[in-house]
Amino acid sequence: MIAINYARYDVIKTFRNRRFFIFAVGIPLILYLIFAGANRDVKIEGIPFPVYYLAGMASFGTMNASTSGGAVISLERAVGWTRQLRITPLPVWAYMASKVIRGYVMAGITIIVLYAAAVLSFNVHFTAGGWLLMTGLILVGLLPFMALGILLGHLVTPDTMGPALGGLTALFAIFGGAFGPLATTGWFHDFAQLLPSYWLVQAGGAGLTHVSWPAEGWEVLAVWTLALGRLAMISYRRDTGKT
Amino acid sequence: MVISGLRKSFGDVKAVQGVDISIAPSSTVALLGPNGAGKTTTIDMLLGLQRADAGRITVFGRTPSDAVKAGLVGGMLQVGSLVKDLTIRELVKLVAGIYPKPLGVDEALQIAGIADIAERRTNKLSGGQAQRVRFAIALVADPELLVLDEPTAALDVEGRRDFWASMRAVAARGKTVLFATHYLEEADAYADRVVLMARGKVVADGTPTEIKARVGSRTITATLPGADLAAVGALPGVSAAETRGDDIVLRCSNSDSALRALLASFPRAFNIEVRGGSLEEAFIELTGAEELGEAK
Repeated sequence: MIAINYARYDVIKTFRNRRFFIFAVGIPLILYLIFAGANRDVKIEGIPFPVYYLAGMASFGTMNASTSGGAVISLERAVGWTRQLRITPLPVWAYMASKVIRGYVMAGITIIVLYAAAVLSFNVHFTAGGWLLMTGLILVGLLPFMALGILLGHLVTPDTMGPALGGLTALFAIFGGAFGPLATTGWFHDFAQLLPSYWLVQAGGAGLTHVSWPAEGWEVLAVWTLALGRLAMISYRRDTGKT
Repeated sequence: MVISGLRKSFGDVKAVQGVDISIAPSSTVALLGPNGAGKTTTIDMLLGLQRADAGRITVFGRTPSDAVKAGLVGGMLQVGSLVKDLTIRELVKLVAGIYPKPLGVDEALQIAGIADIAERRTNKLSGGQAQRVRFAIALVADPELLVLDEPTAALDVEGRRDFWASMRAVAARGKTVLFATHYLEEADAYADRVVLMARGKVVADGTPTEIKARVGSRTITATLPGADLAAVGALPGVSAAETRGDDIVLRCSNSDSALRALLASFPRAFNIEVRGGSLEEAFIELTGAEELGEAK
């Protein structure tokens, strides 16, 4: 409850920062419209390009939305707001949860905007179950990126946050195949399958085929979430001098 | 609130070297000292923001972080700005939502004197207004112990006066207030008790009057043209004498005997004035004169 109350203001704040919003939602949308439009009849591994690229841009956009919580944390640390909060009864988990909730609200908006573009511009159609499965998988697949945001928020100062977040999510997106698969076989494909972003992108195919991730996908996501979550906790403790 | 044997070092810098302070509920206490005296470090430890190297702090019988978690302690830190893109009212509401029994948001805004600008965004405030918002944030918690680190640093003279008027309202509600300051007049005018710190230690602790009395000096000034400084300085009760133009200025250990002797020996003296020692003099004497520059 306390986290939701706090998250409400985190969300209000984000909505008021229109420029942030335009870039966060606008860039994946524009990329989607341009590339899906140019390749509307192409198929990738049997999946129509507008479907593949929908998952790709949804992954890219929602990854950015999730990790952007880190920029908020970093800024709030820099201006001393975090210190002020530390002398209130707000539990640390509630502060972090608020950033995660904010990330999910942002991600949700990105998903809705892209889905609307897919349906209206490229006539992408799934069953209700397909949409739900795809959306559900994306939301679960964002967990490691929420943790990554919290980790970076405690490691990186606001002036380095732009390149750090932009660079990392771009790498994850590219190697995960969000902009198109880099390889469909071979060691590079094996490597890509170890990335959480790969499975985010695969959520698109799941919408069409109604087949969820294989066990490997769940395992990769669980390991990344736990590892990044643990590192985020360590970075928080190091930052506040608590043990 | 009890602090005992508190120590904290940052590398080679011994910021706090054995501080003992205990504060009774419902009192207003000033932590006075020049910059670098260890005030902020002491306050940070009191609020659970830093760990002490040694010593104990209990606040209402709890550890500092437990007292903070229970909402018993609230504070206004020396540094720190506000979250952007919210209105003042939203920000104060946000903080109120963290506490089990907060003060009304409107009441906090009222006391802090920012009710009229409550709908303004936090990124469009002057330094003084931002400071009042931070005060409102500390107030809305309605803590039993309110800790303020240099609360008037960004305020102009008028702002300072308004701030202390608000503070009196808080103290009148029976809350305990501890504020750090390097403004002597603030400590003198608004605190029931002054804890004077220098170089990481408590050098004096008492009511403003007691501290002034501890230094014990009163000053006699009189106009006495052509005075023999040595003779005046040798009068009983006089500890130091100097001349300023035609005036003599006598620092006295016992101003009563000094005055009687002065009148007996120098009946020509006129314009006689006897002043009590100021807290400033006590401050200089107790903290070491070399630090006055910073303290002012």
